[in-house]
Amino acid sequence: MLDCTPKKIIKRTGGMINPAKTCQPIGAMYAALGIHNCLPHSHGSQGCCAYHRSHLTRHFREPVMATTSSFTEGASVFGGGGNLKTAIKNVFAIYDPDIMAVHTTCLSETIGDDIPTIIKGAEVPEGKLVIHANTPSYQGSHITGFSNMVKGMVAYLAEATTDEKKEQVNIIPGFVNPGDMREIKRLAGKMGIRFIMFPDTSGVLDSPMTGKFEMFPAGGAKVEDIRDSGNSKLTIALGYYASSDAAHLLERNCRVPAITLKTPIGIKATDELLMTLRSKFVQEIPYELEEERGQLVDVITDNHHHFYGKKVALFGDPDILTGLTEFVLSLGMRPVHVLTGTPSGTLGGPQGIFEKEIKEMLAAAGLEGRVKAAGDLFELHQWIKNEPVDLLMGNTYGKYIARAEDLPFVRVGFPILDRGVHPYMPIVGYRGAMRLVEMISSALLDRQDRDAADEDFELVM
Amino acid sequence: MAINEKMIEEILNKYPAKVKRNRKKHIVIRDSARENQEIEANTRTIPGIVTNRGCAFAGCKGVVLGPLKDMVHIVHGPIGCAYYSWLTRRNKAKTDDPKKNFLAYCVSTDMQESDIVFGGEKKLARMIDEVVEIFKPNAITISATCPVGLIGDDIQAVAKAARAKHGLNITAYSCEGYKGVSQSAGHHIANNGLMENIVGEGDWEEPPSKYTINILGEYNIGGDSWEVERVLNEIGYEVQVVMTGNGSYEKLKNAHVAQLNLVQCHRSINYIADMLEKKYGTPWLKVNFIGIRATIESLRNMALYFGDEALIKRTEEVIEKELAEIEPQLEPYKKICSGKTAFCFVGGSRGHHYQGLYEELGITTVLAGYEFAHRDDYEGRDVLPHIKSDADSKNIPDLHVTPDERRYRLKIPVERMEELQKKIPLSNYKGMIKDMMDGSIVVDDLNHYETEEFIRILKPDIFSSGIKDKYIPQKMGIPTKQLHNYDYSGPYAGFRGAINFARDVAMGFATPTWNFIVPPWKDKPLLEGSIEQCSDDTCVEEVGA
Repeated sequence: MLDCTPKKIIKRTGGMINPAKTCQPIGAMYAALGIHNCLPHSHGSQGCCAYHRSHLTRHFREPVMATTSSFTEGASVFGGGGNLKTAIKNVFAIYDPDIMAVHTTCLSETIGDDIPTIIKGAEVPEGKLVIHANTPSYQGSHITGFSNMVKGMVAYLAEATTDEKKEQVNIIPGFVNPGDMREIKRLAGKMGIRFIMFPDTSGVLDSPMTGKFEMFPAGGAKVEDIRDSGNSKLTIALGYYASSDAAHLLERNCRVPAITLKTPIGIKATDELLMTLRSKFVQEIPYELEEERGQLVDVITDNHHHFYGKKVALFGDPDILTGLTEFVLSLGMRPVHVLTGTPSGTLGGPQGIFEKEIKEMLAAAGLEGRVKAAGDLFELHQWIKNEPVDLLMGNTYGKYIARAEDLPFVRVGFPILDRGVHPYMPIVGYRGAMRLVEMISSALLDRQDRDAADEDFELVM
Repeated sequence: MAINEKMIEEILNKYPAKVKRNRKKHIVIRDSARENQEIEANTRTIPGIVTNRGCAFAGCKGVVLGPLKDMVHIVHGPIGCAYYSWLTRRNKAKTDDPKKNFLAYCVSTDMQESDIVFGGEKKLARMIDEVVEIFKPNAITISATCPVGLIGDDIQAVAKAARAKHGLNITAYSCEGYKGVSQSAGHHIANNGLMENIVGEGDWEEPPSKYTINILGEYNIGGDSWEVERVLNEIGYEVQVVMTGNGSYEKLKNAHVAQLNLVQCHRSINYIADMLEKKYGTPWLKVNFIGIRATIESLRNMALYFGDEALIKRTEEVIEKELAEIEPQLEPYKKICSGKTAFCFVGGSRGHHYQGLYEELGITTVLAGYEFAHRDDYEGRDVLPHIKSDADSKNIPDLHVTPDERRYRLKIPVERMEELQKKIPLSNYKGMIKDMMDGSIVVDDLNHYETEEFIRILKPDIFSSGIKDKYIPQKMGIPTKQLHNYDYSGPYAGFRGAINFARDVAMGFATPTWNFIVPPWKDKPLLEGSIEQCSDDTCVEEVGA
């Protein structure tokens, strides 16, 4: 497995080998699916749309609906305005969504199609909406695309209609699973605070089997709620990369203060989310959540001998990784390699924030490690060859490295293509952290069981 | 329930007028009384229709080039195209030397904004250098993606310079996603490139054995070609190269020595099949190794082509042995499957190939179609002279080959060829429609709306298609079977493949999950009544019943 990957690292500048990221539009498509009655639309040639739908479907094992402008060579040279206008007409006539959310690809971005002007000239039925986001595939990653589409939601929909802000909080959950979104909503609900979450793919990409196919499932953030987000007292952006740009746009447009927090993975990040809600809305943390937290601490203490001091390599999307790194540190593990494919800093944002944040966490724990943004899995594999680890955590693509190096492996992040059920199960909040502890412990103990000589094979561990 | 013209008209009425006119031509009800039923195919996709189609890049790199295992396939573009075609198509491969199998690697120039602005040629050249240094592959391909054509990167020139620099077969494929109207354009572009740059590069002049063949248009999905090769080897054939499942540069470069080319997927590889015939004089035989009867027929046709008594005898012996092995296994599955109906909508060849296998299980195909096949795949190659190329596909170049002065050999005499052509599909393909049952429906570029409508009317028992539509019928309680990736099972080809397929399809029907869709509280009354002892007849009644 991966026998062609040498231990010796040479400097590479020609591109990526085995990327730890993909391109913007899939993130935009995912975000758009988090609006109720919305049909995502890919303005480019149809291959992108087919790939993005397929890939999301493989991760969620759910239908993923989206349309495309289906560029031909003619449109690629002379502009895709006609294609988009035709698409808008056909989409509303045939599929009748309440809203179309258009994103772009490297094709339409390179030729410079002016989407707002095209939309203005299109036949949009009364009461229907078309919003858009520019998502050039040659900038950032799928996370950038998610962020851009959420910005598009704010730009087109959010309005400040009242002078006084309402006692409600906007939560932008970031590029996480529907199971995570449900968990974040549960936490906010337990705090007794009215909230607007957008995008929200719960009820869309984890929809039930009822014997009937719903093109637009019951879930998704309602357009009127996204509009009303301009009247909220606060926006909490979970994850700097996926969520904070939209929150700041909402702050500029509607004067809703924005706070960026880590994706609430682990004890500290979940504490921070609850403490922020507690202080901004003057609400006590209910006993139920305190109990959950205590259970989590109990579980970690009970099982610390499974994972304490173990070396771990982590890869994936930056927001997930900052939460996850903090969490494995709080377990007493040693994250020696941390790598994301997403370049540091969102567009126009500060550079180097990912590396800086992770390195600070490591330093605070008295550790050193290799940390890289805009890295790839080929390099991560080489790092592991040079400094072996006890555990690998990341998306499905990590299974090749895990097999090559015979490493215990925990699947976490996007995409997970080779296992089911995971989109339903949160990794956020105290409950999600407990699940992570179970996954990490099981991976390490399964390995210990497998490797043990008969006389060392243990009943109780 | 059968479908009629009026029902189709009603379905189409939902469309805007222009869409309706267009789609009408892509839908045909099979009627054997009408000799040449025409269908429109290989035309541009309607924007906003929810097509299942992909692009030329997918057809070129994803389908044809990608499976070639000892070559590194560099994707020149932003990251997505390389990423999505990385290990997602199940073209299996193994090599004796594990350092010569690059299929688990995804190599992309990961173009950034500056590459779009200033051009990406230098970065591509650097990537080639790095690939040569790290991997030392037997050859390298470069595939273009959408923006490459627009910004004017000359990938052919970069490949040429790299070829000179590294002394390695490095070739470029201008398969930008917007070319043509579907994956099909990419097949053509890949065929041209392989024929021009690789096939015939080897120095073999004679075939290594008496019955040397190539298998064309077979991508070893789930191990299909290994199962086919197992049987062929047992009969006594030697497979020079499979194009391109488990294929390699090393094998492909001597593909010209074969005495016969088998064509499994006509759509993706008929260009090379034709060119091999023109250049080297090697005829091709349309085969189908999906289904037991089709496999047997293909084996017999091959034997007939070579016309050797010993080979014919050996063929029958192997068929008999294989049948004895599989027939008892098939029976329990047939019991589960028999009497059911299927939709069969797949890319450009399986929509046809799987109908026979379904039939053998007792399953009738009531709707079939292709995403991106051409009229000849539907109607047969006789229609080729009548196909007009339209503006969207005209720009895909045809490669014109001439007989190779040194290597051209007539493999069989002209008269024998003509005689054989009356009996077997030698250098010919009759298409899908003729094999379909009267009243069944043929749909080209089936979209989501039509999928729902046809399901509503025809109520199929199984829906076989791809990943994008798999979960749609499943939500409705209809079993699905992916015929692109076999739902991660396989092989489905050949004799043993038929058993695997039967097992998987039967499992789809028999899995208990379908019984749980409706919760018990949906069909049971809310209030449970009890029968009380009563003297009066009128009170013997269940409350809420």
